[in-house]
Amino acid sequence: MNPESIDVLTAGTNLVPAVEMFGITKRFGDVVANDGVNFHACVGEVHALLGENGAGKSTLTNMLTGIYQPDAGEIRLYEKPLRLTSPRAAIAAGVGMVHQHFKLVPTFTVAENVVLGLSAEHRGVKFRRAAIERRVAELSERYQLAVDPAKKIWQLSVGERQRVELLKVLIREARILVLDEPTAVLTPQEADSLFVTLRSMADDGRTVIFISHKLYEVTAVSDRVTVLRDGRNIATVDTADCDQRSLAALMVGRDVQFDRRVGTHVRGDSEPVLIAANVDADGDDDRGALHAISLSLRAGEILGIAGVAGNGQRELGEVLGGIRRIRSGNIDVCGKQQTCGDPVAFAKSRVAYVPEDRLGTGLAPSLSIADNVALRSFRAAPFARPPFIRRRWLRSHTQELMSRYDVKAPGPETPIRKLSGGNIQKVLLAREFESDPLVLVVASPTRGLDVGAIENVRSLLVTAAERGTGIVLISEDLDEVRAMCDRIAVMYEGRIVGIVDGESADVNTLGLMMAGAT
Amino acid sequence: MRSIAFERRTNTPKWLRIAVPMFGIAIALVLGAMLLAWTGHATTGTYRQILHRGFTDPGTFATTLVAATPLLFTGLTAAIAYRMGVFNIGGEGQLFIGAMFASFVGLGLGSAPTVVVVASMILAGAVGGSLWASIAAVLRDRFRCNEIITTLMLNYLAGILIQYLIFSSHSYWRELTGTGALFPQGRMLSERAQWPNPHIGGTPVPFGFIVGISFAVLIFVLLRSTRFGYRVRVIADAPAAAKYAGINARRTTFAVLALSGAMAGIGGASDVGDFRHTLDPKGLQQAGYGYTGIVVAALGRLNPIAVVFVAILMGGLNTAGLALQGPDFPAGLVGTLQGLLLFCTLGGEGLARYRIVIRRRAGSASRSAAPRSSSPRSAASPTEAPGLATGEVGG
Repeated sequence: MNPESIDVLTAGTNLVPAVEMFGITKRFGDVVANDGVNFHACVGEVHALLGENGAGKSTLTNMLTGIYQPDAGEIRLYEKPLRLTSPRAAIAAGVGMVHQHFKLVPTFTVAENVVLGLSAEHRGVKFRRAAIERRVAELSERYQLAVDPAKKIWQLSVGERQRVELLKVLIREARILVLDEPTAVLTPQEADSLFVTLRSMADDGRTVIFISHKLYEVTAVSDRVTVLRDGRNIATVDTADCDQRSLAALMVGRDVQFDRRVGTHVRGDSEPVLIAANVDADGDDDRGALHAISLSLRAGEILGIAGVAGNGQRELGEVLGGIRRIRSGNIDVCGKQQTCGDPVAFAKSRVAYVPEDRLGTGLAPSLSIADNVALRSFRAAPFARPPFIRRRWLRSHTQELMSRYDVKAPGPETPIRKLSGGNIQKVLLAREFESDPLVLVVASPTRGLDVGAIENVRSLLVTAAERGTGIVLISEDLDEVRAMCDRIAVMYEGRIVGIVDGESADVNTLGLMMAGAT
Repeated sequence: MRSIAFERRTNTPKWLRIAVPMFGIAIALVLGAMLLAWTGHATTGTYRQILHRGFTDPGTFATTLVAATPLLFTGLTAAIAYRMGVFNIGGEGQLFIGAMFASFVGLGLGSAPTVVVVASMILAGAVGGSLWASIAAVLRDRFRCNEIITTLMLNYLAGILIQYLIFSSHSYWRELTGTGALFPQGRMLSERAQWPNPHIGGTPVPFGFIVGISFAVLIFVLLRSTRFGYRVRVIADAPAAAKYAGINARRTTFAVLALSGAMAGIGGASDVGDFRHTLDPKGLQQAGYGYTGIVVAALGRLNPIAVVFVAILMGGLNTAGLALQGPDFPAGLVGTLQGLLLFCTLGGEGLARYRIVIRRRAGSASRSAAPRSSSPRSAASPTEAPGLATGEVGG
């Protein structure tokens, strides 16, 4: 590796390199996840790593955090070549990771979680509660990470939990912080305060690397952006020199339709296809999750359900999708009262449901595409000739669906878990659309998908609405509900706190409603 | 310096699924040969003898099938349940109860035509086995009791129950006349209640073995091509998806456990009808068919058809083992050879899912302190930190 390359990168600036990755290549079997990637991040900067799913962002950071070892290439931290052979080695070298899915023990306190697994060099403080709590308090004050060290994790909000994750890496004296899609679970306001924290950590001489495929947050917080595509680094640019559109083009490799308002699909005279009246329902823990939910949906309408994760949207989706029982209230589909918690009856009333949890609820991950296509209709013709499943028919039917919905997979017998996120969602949507639904309940249909797949899913939804299907779109992505929906209902603590017009809704109002302010 | 690490394979190629068990068998043979040589036995001679005494000598294959029959049934018992992630390790007890039910019917219908008696015994065995399994199913369903614990406990209970019937009571099953008055033993079935041994290609085949093969095929089709099998697959893979599809997991779980128990029960019926012609608690408990069945199912990768072949293989090994052991060839050695074979073939499973990666640790040759590390954890403790850095400084 050529040392001059650093000088070129930092020429004319006073930046000190913190992370340098040269010619990193990583293969998984035949798949090249990273192909000669160069990545450089400096001391004191917030550096965004932008790319679609499968672009190689996670693989690259996993090598920085010691989870994988590169097949080729070199990693230097603070100009010293290192081999990060394990996460522990990475921590020792000053690299800390905040995962998208928090790794916390719910029944432990904040302080206990923070010290859990501390390595030998910190062992001095290991069991001294007061010292730990003092250190935690000190750190949280310095970086505005407001959280009570004595509280138990289960008592905390999602935003607070993320702060605990940040404290965990800070107490390990990480000078390089890697965050994997940190805003996925936050309200816009919480995200803003996270950005303030990230900025202050960078100002303190740390290096913040954050993975994202959300353009607005990349432009909002980062100093520089490295764009990955198909396992290669496409460009590293100063954030100040670009806008969302140019970043999107770099990420996808072509111009994308962006922030397209879909327009209204409701015909003025259309009948309500779904009416929920005063629905109360319990969550998984038998505590009330939904309170007095009333809403109506007309044919061809897209009704958005917005809210911060954990405010009852998932449960509402399950009720409307027919898999959760209700305690009181009524749900009518086209004037017919439904038996709640009976998914077969809901399917008969032509209610389709795309759950948020695609792999595990919507689809059985180890079963084949064909088996998954049969999931909701395996009982009767044409899928079955009782007691047998018509395997040959199913295979050709699946083949046909795959070509119609452009699912890329070796064949109908491929296990679902081997498909990419976008193709997984296509299989799920294809199956639900094929039932010719009157009502379609979709939860977070684009979460985790890349820009191309998001476009695809959204246009499928719009097509369905144009055909007269009423769609309930549950999403935490405010841009998505604003772009797609005719009306937006906002949920807070199991209630609908308001319904606003999709056309006129602005982020701030929605954000405040999501936070419970009315 | 090299380090060895295990890396998860992204997918397992087809040839590897065949090659790995073959390789496992080869390794087992080599290790076994070393053991034999070390204990002063002929290596190839012993292997040749196993082959002859277990499979190829005239007449031995019939003995092998006799040994294979109960293993076929208990293998199916385990395979069906494990397919759905229900860990029924109660094949043992379900087989005992099946034997108990079947001998009751066999003793009672002793004078009826053979067809009627045999069919009734099979049915009785199935009912007995599935009732016993249903106890665990109810406990699991109602009280969320772990079926591993309950089925295991029920094994002991079933063992005590059949012992009681023969040794501690004057039950219907116990012979009270003749030698039976002196030594506790079960009543013998009448001639008519003993199952036939049709000759196929000159080898007498236990009727139970034929029944077992039929069930293996039936279960294979059931799991592969029917709606029931589909439900089982979905529940096994993703319980939440099953709920979403409106599949009644409770009912299916119940059915699977009952079917699983029924197989063991028929195994018990076959033990009475085919071989012992009496309820023999001591013999049944010593045989440990239920537990061996778990191994059979595992080696057969829970495939009912494969279970047939593995059962024959295990039966042959058992037969050969019995023939081999003697004053200069201890039974323990036979068991060790068998164990090696199982260990190596099952151990090889890991290789099908993980690959071994050997990495050269550049620049650390002079640092004798850094241990050759197969675990990434130990490589990372701060005291060894120098070992982490590779050469090429300044590259």
